[in-house]
Amino acid sequence: MKFTLNGSERTVEADGNMPLLWALRDVVGLTGTKFGCGAALCGACTVHVDGAPVRSCQTALSDVEGKSVITIEGVGGEVGTAVVAAWRKLDVVQCGYCQSGQIMSAVGLLSENRKPTDEDIDTAMDGNVCRCATYQRIRAAIHEAASNLA
Amino acid sequence: MHIIKPADYARMLERLAPAPALAAPSRRGFLKAAAAISGALVIGVRLGPSEAFAAAPTDGPMPNAFVKIAPDSTVTVLIKHLDMGQGVTTGLATIVAEEMDADWSQMRAAFAPADAQLYNNLLFGPVQGTGGSTSVANSWDQLRKAGGAARQMLVAAAAEKWKVPADSITIEKGTLKSGSHTASFGELAADAARQPIPAEVKLKDPKDFKLIGTRLPRLDSADKTDGKAVYALDIRRPGMLTAVIKRPERFGATVKSFDAAAAKQVPGVVDVVAVPAGVAVLAQNTWAALQGREALTTVEWDESNAENRGTAELLDEYKKLADTAGRNAAKRGDAAKGIAGAAKTIETEFAFPYLAHAPMEPLNCVIEKTGDGVTIHTGSQFQTIEQAVTAGIMGIKPEQVKIETLWAGGSFGRRANTAADYVAEAATILKAIDGRAPVHLVWTREDDIKGGYYRPMFYHKVRAGVTADGKIAGWEQRIVGQSFMIGTPFEAFAVKEGVDATSVEGASDTHYDIGNLMVELHSPQVKVPTLWWRSVGHTHTAHVVEVTIDELARAAGRDPVEFRLELLKDKPRHTGVLKLLAEKANWGTKPGAGKGRGIALHESFNTVVGSVIDISVVNGQIKVDKVVCAVDCGIAVNPDVIAAQIEGGVGFGLGAALHDEITLDNGVVEQANFDTYIPLRMSEMPKVEVHIVPSANAPTGIGEPGVPGVAPALSNAIFDATGQRLRSLPFRLEDFKA
Repeated sequence: MKFTLNGSERTVEADGNMPLLWALRDVVGLTGTKFGCGAALCGACTVHVDGAPVRSCQTALSDVEGKSVITIEGVGGEVGTAVVAAWRKLDVVQCGYCQSGQIMSAVGLLSENRKPTDEDIDTAMDGNVCRCATYQRIRAAIHEAASNLA
Repeated sequence: MHIIKPADYARMLERLAPAPALAAPSRRGFLKAAAAISGALVIGVRLGPSEAFAAAPTDGPMPNAFVKIAPDSTVTVLIKHLDMGQGVTTGLATIVAEEMDADWSQMRAAFAPADAQLYNNLLFGPVQGTGGSTSVANSWDQLRKAGGAARQMLVAAAAEKWKVPADSITIEKGTLKSGSHTASFGELAADAARQPIPAEVKLKDPKDFKLIGTRLPRLDSADKTDGKAVYALDIRRPGMLTAVIKRPERFGATVKSFDAAAAKQVPGVVDVVAVPAGVAVLAQNTWAALQGREALTTVEWDESNAENRGTAELLDEYKKLADTAGRNAAKRGDAAKGIAGAAKTIETEFAFPYLAHAPMEPLNCVIEKTGDGVTIHTGSQFQTIEQAVTAGIMGIKPEQVKIETLWAGGSFGRRANTAADYVAEAATILKAIDGRAPVHLVWTREDDIKGGYYRPMFYHKVRAGVTADGKIAGWEQRIVGQSFMIGTPFEAFAVKEGVDATSVEGASDTHYDIGNLMVELHSPQVKVPTLWWRSVGHTHTAHVVEVTIDELARAAGRDPVEFRLELLKDKPRHTGVLKLLAEKANWGTKPGAGKGRGIALHESFNTVVGSVIDISVVNGQIKVDKVVCAVDCGIAVNPDVIAAQIEGGVGFGLGAALHDEITLDNGVVEQANFDTYIPLRMSEMPKVEVHIVPSANAPTGIGEPGVPGVAPALSNAIFDATGQRLRSLPFRLEDFKA
């Protein structure tokens, strides 16, 4: 299976039915993308496929053939850098386990909408569960990143 | 969690299998330092005989050390506790940095190896473990001394090198100075390591603290925002097999027979073995293991000892028990007589469901044979117990079980399991395959939600009354719920005369001045495994007490804050929190039409937290607008980490108040994943404000105390807005009528 992973061409030898999540973690060895529920209910496994956030636990490896996949390890660019910087400035993380997915969803939101309202944030981020409940800081960090992108 | 008393050590250790040969530590503390190679200065604070300390390893960070100074001047603090998000790596490093006068940018943290003598929790006795919000509290003196000793040795080395008096030397932001001399920690580390250990360590006067009490960036923010932080799920070992377990539907069931053929045909599946927990499928990757488990449709279970009752039957039984006298948890005055003579009385009941912890990182553990023993890689919260349990399974000694403690993706109590359940499961699988490959046991979310070790179901029945002049006339409370301490290594210290303190804490020891009080407990036996859940007994007792106080205040026609202040006259910490809270939450004002405001105050883990919740009623729906909290947790080591713990605790408590619920039907858990066990999400998170009461006292707990006050403050706010009283959790808002 050939696709672009974090900007580089990759060939991954695995069953095309294998969820992208497990291909990334167990075959490629990129473990920043997390397993949380295996059913697209928590968002911990969020990656970008051709620029859009998707749940990698419900995306078959064959679905990304020929496409561009970005994981937390490949986050960059203007929006990605601003989001990560805001996360660090506000010390959003607690256990940190869901934060790869949170950051991928936030980068997706800000790539589409540079000035999200609280309601926009609720809509874009409601699929990402944080059991430490760092939501207040996630919201603040998205606003912080937006103000730095303006 | 309660503090283990020395007399309980022996009984507790007997319950660990096999019993580790640990001597009860002497309380005569002293400092000992030793030089590691490459000029690192390593400081350890030991409690115990010096002979035991003599065997020091010769390279790397020494296992008996808390502080290591590298030639590049980075200071690494060895963290004996698990960081599951509560920020203890940052907190403990702050304490050392403060006493060393280090610059925050040179501080690092590393998890300590498992060692019950060197890295025990001083409040748990000879057990390394994290829980009861004790990490900073039990490390405070220990790490101040470790940091202070390191500082004194650096100063002594500089004095010798520069031929100047020690008292002419200052340290600021990690640089030593005297006259025209300057040096970094790294330049002096090797010489400092050769200095004698200070007999007395001079600690700073808290008024001179420069780092403690300020906002310092978390040490883990960078690695947790770029995918680099390593959790157990990320561990990869050569030849490692991933294992998932097919588990029975009912608690207490065991494997009768199974046919592995279909599972073994799944590409990537390597082996299928029976273990006490069920049938384990081992494969070359997680996907193959999951598919192999799916294919395993022919397992027969022996359910002769399984739990078959459902939630409804259990609740019926609990209600009947609550009508009978239980074991005495607290008794003073004459509660029945007081209530009989009261001007107004209330009779209420509260039901609480089983709760799963559901940490974001599904439980998992890597175990492999190494040297003459095994090595475990996991987010370890009870290292000593995991060593003992694993040693028992593998037939080796506890010290042959090495533990690599990793970042934990949440816990909320789940990883501090007296049965070390998932570690034990991994060990039984490793044993079943004769240790031929490293094993990574992975639970799925469904395994987690259905897997037990829940906060127990509880039922409370309350009778209470107020006198005509607004005093509490009497208070009777019967509590019914499983004990998760009886039968564990912790029974000796948690259970006294049949009363499990973790079932009644927060009620039997209420901070309110109640003259006629009776609290009784029933601990029924149910085969659903249970465990502490962030804030333990306070998860239910605080709710009952704080709702009841609110109901009594209203029955007496009194303001809920004034009513509490009168019952807390000799409790300056509680009144300090209440007064700050009332001011910050604008308690004196009315929240306005269609809105409500409720308050709760509770002490847990030696910390007092007050919470005021503001809500709106919108189209018959409750919306939580804002939560204001005031907290007294002693000296605030990292105010921003404290704020984060209270913010997160509010979210965690709100999830339990609104959604969280595990139910059983004929013994089968009815929830499976986040679509049925509903977590709080972004759109439901209110604005949270945290105010810290200034204090000169030693630090107390902060990981848990933010949780207990949330549900009662919300119940009280809903009553304020609507006149409707919701008591049982989770609140049934669909029954709500505006």
